[in-house]
Amino acid sequence: MSDNDSNQGIPDPEGAAGVIDTSYEIGQDNIEANVGPFNLDIHNPVFLISGLTVVAFVFLTLAFQTEVGPLFDALRKWLTSGLDWFFIISANVFVLVCLTLIVTPLGKVRIGGQDAEPDYSYFGWFAMLFAAGMGIGLMFFGVLEPVYHMAFSAPLGVPSPFDADGNLIPENVAAAKAMGMAATIYHWGLHPWAIYAVVALALALFSFNKGLPLTMRSVFYPIFGERTWGWPGHIIDILAVFATLFGLATSLGFGAQQANAGLEFVFGIPVSITAQVILIIAITGIAMISVVRGLDGGVKVLSEINMMIAALLLLFVIIAGPTGTLISSFFSNLGAYAREVVPLSMPFGRDDDGFRQGWTSFYWAWWISWSPFVGMFIARVSRGRTVREFLVCVLIIPTIVSVLWMTAFGGTAVEQVLTDSDSQVHEYVIASYNPELSLFGMLADLPMASITSFIAIILVIVFFVTSSDSGSLVIDTITAGGKVDAPLSQRVFWCTFEGLVAIALLIGGGLGALQAMAVSTGFPFTIVLLLACYAIFKGLWDEPR
Amino acid sequence: MFKKILIPIDLTHAEKLEKAVATGAYLAKMSSIPVVFAAVTSSVPGPVAHTPDEFRAKLDAYAKAQAEKLGIEASGHAMFAHDPAVDLENALLKAIHETGADLVVMQTHIPHLSDHFWPSNGGRIATHSDVSVFLVR
Repeated sequence: MSDNDSNQGIPDPEGAAGVIDTSYEIGQDNIEANVGPFNLDIHNPVFLISGLTVVAFVFLTLAFQTEVGPLFDALRKWLTSGLDWFFIISANVFVLVCLTLIVTPLGKVRIGGQDAEPDYSYFGWFAMLFAAGMGIGLMFFGVLEPVYHMAFSAPLGVPSPFDADGNLIPENVAAAKAMGMAATIYHWGLHPWAIYAVVALALALFSFNKGLPLTMRSVFYPIFGERTWGWPGHIIDILAVFATLFGLATSLGFGAQQANAGLEFVFGIPVSITAQVILIIAITGIAMISVVRGLDGGVKVLSEINMMIAALLLLFVIIAGPTGTLISSFFSNLGAYAREVVPLSMPFGRDDDGFRQGWTSFYWAWWISWSPFVGMFIARVSRGRTVREFLVCVLIIPTIVSVLWMTAFGGTAVEQVLTDSDSQVHEYVIASYNPELSLFGMLADLPMASITSFIAIILVIVFFVTSSDSGSLVIDTITAGGKVDAPLSQRVFWCTFEGLVAIALLIGGGLGALQAMAVSTGFPFTIVLLLACYAIFKGLWDEPR
Repeated sequence: MFKKILIPIDLTHAEKLEKAVATGAYLAKMSSIPVVFAAVTSSVPGPVAHTPDEFRAKLDAYAKAQAEKLGIEASGHAMFAHDPAVDLENALLKAIHETGADLVVMQTHIPHLSDHFWPSNGGRIATHSDVSVFLVR
C-alpha cells in the first residue's frame, strides 16, 4: 500500500474527540430487502411501527372525527393551559443553557472533533437551518402577531390602543406598539431557537463526536446506557417520527388552505378542496425532486433560493413601507425585546392568561414538537463548527433576522392599522379575523401589490417545500436506524406518505385534531429536552477542548 | 496498457463485490499495476465506522488484506460526501481524477426495467467518466 495514495483527496484529520465505546453497530437491527426494483434498508421495529401508527391514527381520526377532534383539542388545551408554567420555565432553561455554553470554555469544543472542517459555508448553512426551522411561520405571523398582540392580547396587562368600539386611544398607542412587537419577537427570538439549538447540539455532539447514530435516541446514551438500543430508544425514535410526520402533514394541509386563500385574494382562484389537493401534490412533487437530488443538489439549493426571495421581499417592504420609521424602530424593537424578555418569561404572578397560555405556552409546545425534526436537520449540517460558533449562529443571528423581519412586516402593518382604519390589515385582523389574509392585506396597501403578493405565495410554497424535503430526510434517517445512505426510494416513500396523509386529512377532515395531537407531543419532548441539557454538559465535559 | 485501476468498494457489503475485486486484481497482476480501492461514506457515524478517521483506517486495512490475499499492490482512498445516497457517483468521479486511475472495474447488477429511468451507479460512471470502465455483472 502506498502512503501517498492513501492520503490523496481526504480531508484533514478530524483530531481528538471523545468517542463512546459501545458494542452497538449502526444498522445492526436493520432489515435489508428488495421489493421489485427497489431496495430497502429499514430499522426494525421503528420503521414499521411508525408507519403503522401513523396510518392507524389517520384512520381513527377519519372514522371518529366528532369524538377524536374534541379529545385531541382538549388534550392540547389542557397541556398548554394547565402546564403553561412548565413550558415557560423549560424554555427559559434552554435559553440559559445555550447562553452559558457560549460564555464558558465548553464553547471551545468543536463538533466533529478538534480539527474538523465545516461542511457548509455560512450562507448555505444558515439558509438551510432557517428555511427548515421557521420560515413559513414568519410569512403568516410576521404581520398577524404584532398587530394582534398590540390590539387584543394585552401581554403583561398593557392596554389596547383601541376602545370597545374600535376607536383609537392615542395615549395607549406607544406602549401597546412596543409591547406588541416585544411579545412577537419573544415568540420568534431566543427561546424558539434555543429549543432547536439544544436538540441540534445534543444530536450533533453524540453523533459526530461520540460516534453514535444520528437519531434522537443517541442523546440518551448517558442516561440509558446500552438500553438506548432497545425499547426505550425505539419509543423515543417512534415518537420523533410521529411528531415530525404529523407536524409536517398537518402544516402542509393548513398551508394548502392558506395558499389557496392567498390565490383567491390575488387571482380570484376559488377556494376548493381540488385546488388545495393540487397544491399539496405540487409541493410534495417539488419536495420529492429535492430529496432525490440530495442535501447539496436539492435541499441546500432550494433553501438558498428561498432565502434570496425572502430577502428581496423584505427589502421591498422596507423600501415601500415607512422606511425611516422602520429603520429607527429596528433598534427600538430590539430594545423593547431586551426590556420585556425577562417579564414575559416569568411563569407566575401574571394576569395575561390568554396571551401566556393561548400564545406563549402553545408556541413553546409547538416549537418543541418540531424540535426533533429541525434539531436533527440542523445537527446534520453543522459538523465542523465550534459549540460557541454553533450557538451564536443558531441562537443570536436568527433572532436578529426575526427582529428585522417582524419590524419590517409587522411594523408596516401596525402603521397601516394605526393610520388608516380602512386598511386591509385592519379589516383582516381587527375588524374581522382572517389571519391567512393578513400578509396579503399588508402587501395590498403597498405599491405593486399583485407582483409582491404573487411572490409571497411562491415564497409560502417554497418554504413548505424546504420543510417537507428536510423533514423527509430526517424521518428516513430515523427509520433507517441512523443510516444516512439508505436507498433513495425510502425518502421518496416518506415524502409521498406525508403528502397522502395531508390529502386524506384535508378531504376527510381532522387536520386540526391531528395538529393538536402533534403539538401535544411537545410535552413528553420537553422532558426529553431537559434531559438532553444534562446530556450536553456531560458529553461536552468529556470532550477535548 | 493501463497505469492504475480503481475499484469502488462498499465496506458494508464487501463480500458481494468479490467478482469485481477478483477481476480488477487479475488485470492488475497481468499488467503489474497498482489497485486503489475507493469507498464513499458520510461523516455521520455509519455501520462501518464511527468517525472519518476510523473509516480511513478500516479502508486501508481492507486494501492491505486484499493486497496480501491477491498478491497485488493496493491502497485505500476514502471519500466523504454530505449525502452519499445521492452523491456517490460524483464522489467516485472525483476519486478517479484524484487517484489518477485510468481504468475503473466496478460491480453492477443485471439491468432491469427501472434502469431505463434510474440508471445503475456503474452505468452512470461509464456515461460520465473519461477513463475506461469495466462493469462486472
